[in-house]
Amino acid sequence: MRLDAILRITAKFVLPFILVFGLYVQFHGDFGPGGGFQAGVIVAAAVFLHAIIFGLGQTMRIVPPIVVEIMVPLGVLVFAGTGVAAIMTGLNFLDYSHLAHDQIHGQEWGVFLVEAGVLITVSGTMIAIFYAVAGRDRK
Amino acid sequence: MVLLSLLAAVTIGIVRLRNLFAIVILSGIYSFLMASVMIVLDAVDVAMTEASVGAGISTVLMLGVLYLTKTEESAPVHSPALPLFVSAVTGAVLIYGTFGLPPFGMADTPVNTHIGPDYLAGSIPQTGIPNVVTSVLASYRGFDTLGETTVIFTAGIGVLLLLKRLRRAEPDK
Repeated sequence: MRLDAILRITAKFVLPFILVFGLYVQFHGDFGPGGGFQAGVIVAAAVFLHAIIFGLGQTMRIVPPIVVEIMVPLGVLVFAGTGVAAIMTGLNFLDYSHLAHDQIHGQEWGVFLVEAGVLITVSGTMIAIFYAVAGRDRK
Repeated sequence: MVLLSLLAAVTIGIVRLRNLFAIVILSGIYSFLMASVMIVLDAVDVAMTEASVGAGISTVLMLGVLYLTKTEESAPVHSPALPLFVSAVTGAVLIYGTFGLPPFGMADTPVNTHIGPDYLAGSIPQTGIPNVVTSVLASYRGFDTLGETTVIFTAGIGVLLLLKRLRRAEPDK
């Protein structure tokens, strides 16, 4: 990949926009299309692009495999933890109405946390599978 | 109609070709066409997922797998008659089933009269979220979404276990 100046510069240019678009899809999911699943996949795609252009070693230095493997169960824990937190406030599992001072803000917090959990698990799983497949050598 | 004809053309191409690299690229094109169909049906969330997972991520993963194997598909060892029969019968049953469905977008179907209107009316006053897809997904049906996330988690762990075990076994040989 030494000589592919155009590819490398274009990738450097595009990557921040992909990441910002992923965050937009994540946090604007309340108002427009999108949410944790879509944002997680977009963030994972940005990491894929980086790995394809700059090599797997570079990407693994930025996003270490151990972090990715922690992300896989962490998202589910955040999601289920939000549900348990709802039980602590005296409501049913995953009923967020009492998480903040009124129902609307409680729902907003609950949906935010749940979507964050989905984002973490989805992007972590995608990147972990990619690392596992791309890290193997041809026999 | 144009999109569906293109989908059919790409599918025939995938079936006819033996070069796996071309098939992977055609699958990516198929996913992009499918995403366009979803946009025509106003399902933007699904289109987004289809475009990024189907065309982006799975194409990259397939290319990664292709690097590990041969790029030519081996000739089939069985006669294609039985699979062809099974898929023809399944397709015919599915098409027969669509005759029993109400016309697309009818307002008085059970889907649109049962609980959907409650969600549409309750989303803003109860959750303050204008996008009903998000409020149903994350709040009203949060339990289902927790299940989906757990499915992704389980699938990811399963794939990782299989691939990692193979990698760890190699140095012992």
